[in-house]
Amino acid sequence: MINFNQVYKRYPNQHEALSGLSFQLERGDMAFLTGHSGAGKSTLLKLIALIERSTHGQVIINNQNLGRMPKWKIPYYRRMIGLVFQDHNLLHDRTVFDNVALPLIIAGENHREIGRRVRAALDKVGLLGKERNLPIALSGGEQQRVGIARAVVNRPPILLADEPTGNLDPELSQEIMQLFEQFNQVGVTVFIASHDHELISRMPYRRIVLQNGKLAD
Amino acid sequence: MNIVERFKNYLLRHVQVMLSSLGELWRHPLASTMTIVVIGIALALPAGLLVMLTNITQISGQWQDSHQISLFLNEEVGDTRGQQLAEQLLSWPDISAVEFQSSNDSLREFRELSGLGSLLDNLPKNPLPAVIIVRAADDFSETENIEDLLERLARMQDIALAQLDMQWLQRLRSLNQTAQRAVQILAALLSVSVLLVIGNTIRLSILNRQAEIRVVKLVGGTNAFVRRPFLYTGFWYGLLGGIIAWLTLQTSLAVINDPIKALASQYDTVFRFDWLAGELFLALPLTGVLLGVLGAWLAVGKHLNAIEPN
Repeated sequence: MINFNQVYKRYPNQHEALSGLSFQLERGDMAFLTGHSGAGKSTLLKLIALIERSTHGQVIINNQNLGRMPKWKIPYYRRMIGLVFQDHNLLHDRTVFDNVALPLIIAGENHREIGRRVRAALDKVGLLGKERNLPIALSGGEQQRVGIARAVVNRPPILLADEPTGNLDPELSQEIMQLFEQFNQVGVTVFIASHDHELISRMPYRRIVLQNGKLAD
Repeated sequence: MNIVERFKNYLLRHVQVMLSSLGELWRHPLASTMTIVVIGIALALPAGLLVMLTNITQISGQWQDSHQISLFLNEEVGDTRGQQLAEQLLSWPDISAVEFQSSNDSLREFRELSGLGSLLDNLPKNPLPAVIIVRAADDFSETENIEDLLERLARMQDIALAQLDMQWLQRLRSLNQTAQRAVQILAALLSVSVLLVIGNTIRLSILNRQAEIRVVKLVGGTNAFVRRPFLYTGFWYGLLGGIIAWLTLQTSLAVINDPIKALASQYDTVFRFDWLAGELFLALPLTGVLLGVLGAWLAVGKHLNAIEPN
């Protein structure tokens, strides 16, 4: 599902964020991406989401070679990846409902379908009663769950999360991780960047550890 | 989703975006009004000048058709001789019509038109000469030919003075052409300024919504999706600006209508001023919309790439 083959990423300032990275995740895997800050975790996720392109090497996601993907296809490609961010990236002038509905509106779904699926996603993350609220009225944990609902609302086969529990206390973090597990159990490939060692050491999933842009031994 | 449903959703989405971008203008009435009025004035100015010029062209066009030469006869030439001369001239191939006007006719005409009739009563005799008004044949109406004809007529012994009536009209026409060019340049410059005003307004609203654009792109929004609300904003600015321009123009023209009528009556012309109200009602909003959408397109195009996470 996620296949890195000798991937290099060098930034214009000559900083090499990834050097010769190779690894694979199979369909339906759940894995953590760890490493010290600056090890290349964010860069790796950006390559998968095609926010950046690799300098060398192949990134193949769901049998698509991202190096060959023309620019106009990128939006359609991104629709099969759910993205969860540390700072949620919610739109603060829109209700919870509208935030979660955004990927469906973009995909051109009809009104009825949007309502149905947004409520299903909000139900899943336990926020069904708050669809009319503005994000600002929610707690940090709740905002993150809105972000997750938005990431899964159009049922992408891949879910990427960049430090999703970075700003949350351990208990809330645990809840968020359980949510990810639930999505993984229904077949979604889940890949989570996190430096919360204590939390992920308690969970029985594969860990991909980066060190200076390479896999650590 | 089948094709029909997809298309239906697409149209519905367009209507939604169209209305929500109008709503966005409505929520910032002061800023929106200022922008719209600026656009309106920028569109109204060249349009107003164009209306004036079009009318001047039309009016001078009515006179222009006849290349008329007035032949003032010598004092001693009598009415009979004058008539004969007129008939003789009519047989010339480069003359299409003649009209003889005796010195008494001239006097009557002067009395009627000048309103100085009583002054003439004090004169011992009629000071006005008999006149033959000659119209050059159409295919002889080019300047060179008409000047040649003028010269031949002036050389005739019974004729005191041959005068081409239309020289001032030619000057007016050249002047009018110059003015038309000037208006075209003005229109082009003001169009550019409308583009810039709309582009800048859209640019500000893009900057305000940069976070939103980033999120939309991250969850798979196409450039077209990102562009759409801004294009509709440009559309509304242009449309409303065009309507303001039309209203401004009609109001201004209504104000100067009376002076124009007075002017026309002094020139004794059947002078119907054409406001071009119908044409402008279509053309101004249409121009506004075109410039608005184009300005928005340029502004968004520049910023779409800047926001592109690549």
